[in-house]
Amino acid sequence: MGYAITDTMLMSWRNLLHYVRVPQLIAFAVVQPIMFMVLFVYVFGGAISGSSAGYLAYLTPGIIVQTVIFGSMNSGISIAEDLQKGIMDRFRALPISRGVVLAARTTSDLLRHLIAVLIMAGVGYIMGYRFEGGLLDLAGAFGLIILVGLAFSWVAATIGLLVRDTQTAEIAGFTWIFPVVFASSIFVPVETMPAWLQVFASHSPISLAANAARGFSLGNADWAAAFQATAWMLGITLVFAMLAVWRFRRLE
Amino acid sequence: MADSVIIVRGVHKAFGKVKALGGVDLEVEGGTILGLLGPNGAGKTTLVRTLTTLLTPDQGTATVAGFDVVKQASDLRRVIGLAGQYAAVDEHLTGRENIELVGRLYHLPKAEVRARATELLARFDLTEAGDRTLKTYSGGMRRRLDLAASLVADPDVIFLDEPTTGLDPRSRLALWDIIAGLRREGKTILLTTQYLEEADQLADRIAVVDQGVIIAEGTANELKAKVGGDVVEIEMRDPAGARRAHAALAGRGATLDADTMRVWLPATQGSRTVAHAINTLDEAGIHDAEVSLRRPTLDDVFLALTGKATESGGADEDAATGVKA
Repeated sequence: MGYAITDTMLMSWRNLLHYVRVPQLIAFAVVQPIMFMVLFVYVFGGAISGSSAGYLAYLTPGIIVQTVIFGSMNSGISIAEDLQKGIMDRFRALPISRGVVLAARTTSDLLRHLIAVLIMAGVGYIMGYRFEGGLLDLAGAFGLIILVGLAFSWVAATIGLLVRDTQTAEIAGFTWIFPVVFASSIFVPVETMPAWLQVFASHSPISLAANAARGFSLGNADWAAAFQATAWMLGITLVFAMLAVWRFRRLE
Repeated sequence: MADSVIIVRGVHKAFGKVKALGGVDLEVEGGTILGLLGPNGAGKTTLVRTLTTLLTPDQGTATVAGFDVVKQASDLRRVIGLAGQYAAVDEHLTGRENIELVGRLYHLPKAEVRARATELLARFDLTEAGDRTLKTYSGGMRRRLDLAASLVADPDVIFLDEPTTGLDPRSRLALWDIIAGLRREGKTILLTTQYLEEADQLADRIAVVDQGVIIAEGTANELKAKVGGDVVEIEMRDPAGARRAHAALAGRGATLDADTMRVWLPATQGSRTVAHAINTLDEAGIHDAEVSLRRPTLDDVFLALTGKATESGGADEDAATGVKA
């Protein structure tokens, strides 16, 4: 048990080597969100906010949340890949803690999220986006986004362990996350949605996270949203980490 | 056997309605190789996965090196090595990185892991390829690396699940050499295979598995003795011919293998059995049979035990006499 942390680091090193050896994995992970950002700002921006520039300030923090959530789904695909290729058998036959493989996957994917976030922020900057909060806001925004990535990585890991196949993991990951992400305050204010959808969207932890990130970005921190979002993300992490480790123990 | 390193008692395992193991009892003496021989789907892999803690048995108990596969799984994992049919190696890592990762996860000191990796790469003829990622490796190289990685912590008990399936003859021979070398080092090895020749070559004892149970166990010679000495084999040109020949010889204990168009009977009286067989066939109006007398192979054993041939079919190398009838 005392080895759990060093084992997780070793296994994370293995996961990260994949990104070094196959940099396309990172490239593909950011191409789509960049496309989203450019299209939403220049195509829908005027219609949504009256101007592309005005929408940029609204959208950028939200789309970074979206990038991290979508990116998290890859944790499940990677786990399914390890299962499919049989290397999971090797790991499972090793004298390591049962949570190591999963914890390594979610932590190494955190690092990948970080890279994606930096690239997205850079693209936003080029397009004219500016972070208006102070250092505390920046730290808050950053911490929150990392937590969002961690929470959804554990959800994806659980899915990957359940479906055990990369293609199914991809479908099972994205079919539900797509509507859930769109039915939030990431792209448009919840108040513009029909009443029945507002009920869902305004309570969605993704809306809370997007609102909190936006608050930090505008230099107008919404601490209530930030705390609620943090609580949600910690809760999701805890529940799904337990579910995933439980599934891992029962792999056959 | 007091010094059995692997002990399996009444192990059952089902996947849904499919019964994979139906009560397996088995012992493997320390320092020997047990060959688990059987066709695809016989339950060989299920047994290996149970003994390496990857599966939990539904019923029964099993211990490896004194550790219970369920209750002491984490202790057990420390003393075993597992290499399989699907080389469990990481595509994007180099050969050395693969071995070192596994070694570090066994919690060996970094310096020792480095030295072990260098030694294993050399021993498995991978030194040159050691610093390349696996994309450039052939199937045989991957299999050797997989085995090397499973040996990094110097385990006493090694499980090899169809280590040579799908390999070309040269790679197969290279792996045989390695496995024989491990045996000389005193390792206890459980090896599964569908190749009779492989079990015959490597294993001290052979357990024949079919449909989730062990149907025979012994040395290669003991198993061959079960067939009762030499074998008369009658090869026909078509399945219908084989069935006719079988019908004609049914009184002599002939067995039919329609897939390979062979009929086969124990040569209880040596060459006289051959003469009888030829006469009997002749009287039955069968004149296109190829009749031979040969030493029994494990194929014959399998056929005698299960009434069906293995995937590899009959072997002819031992044919002693061949007579055209």
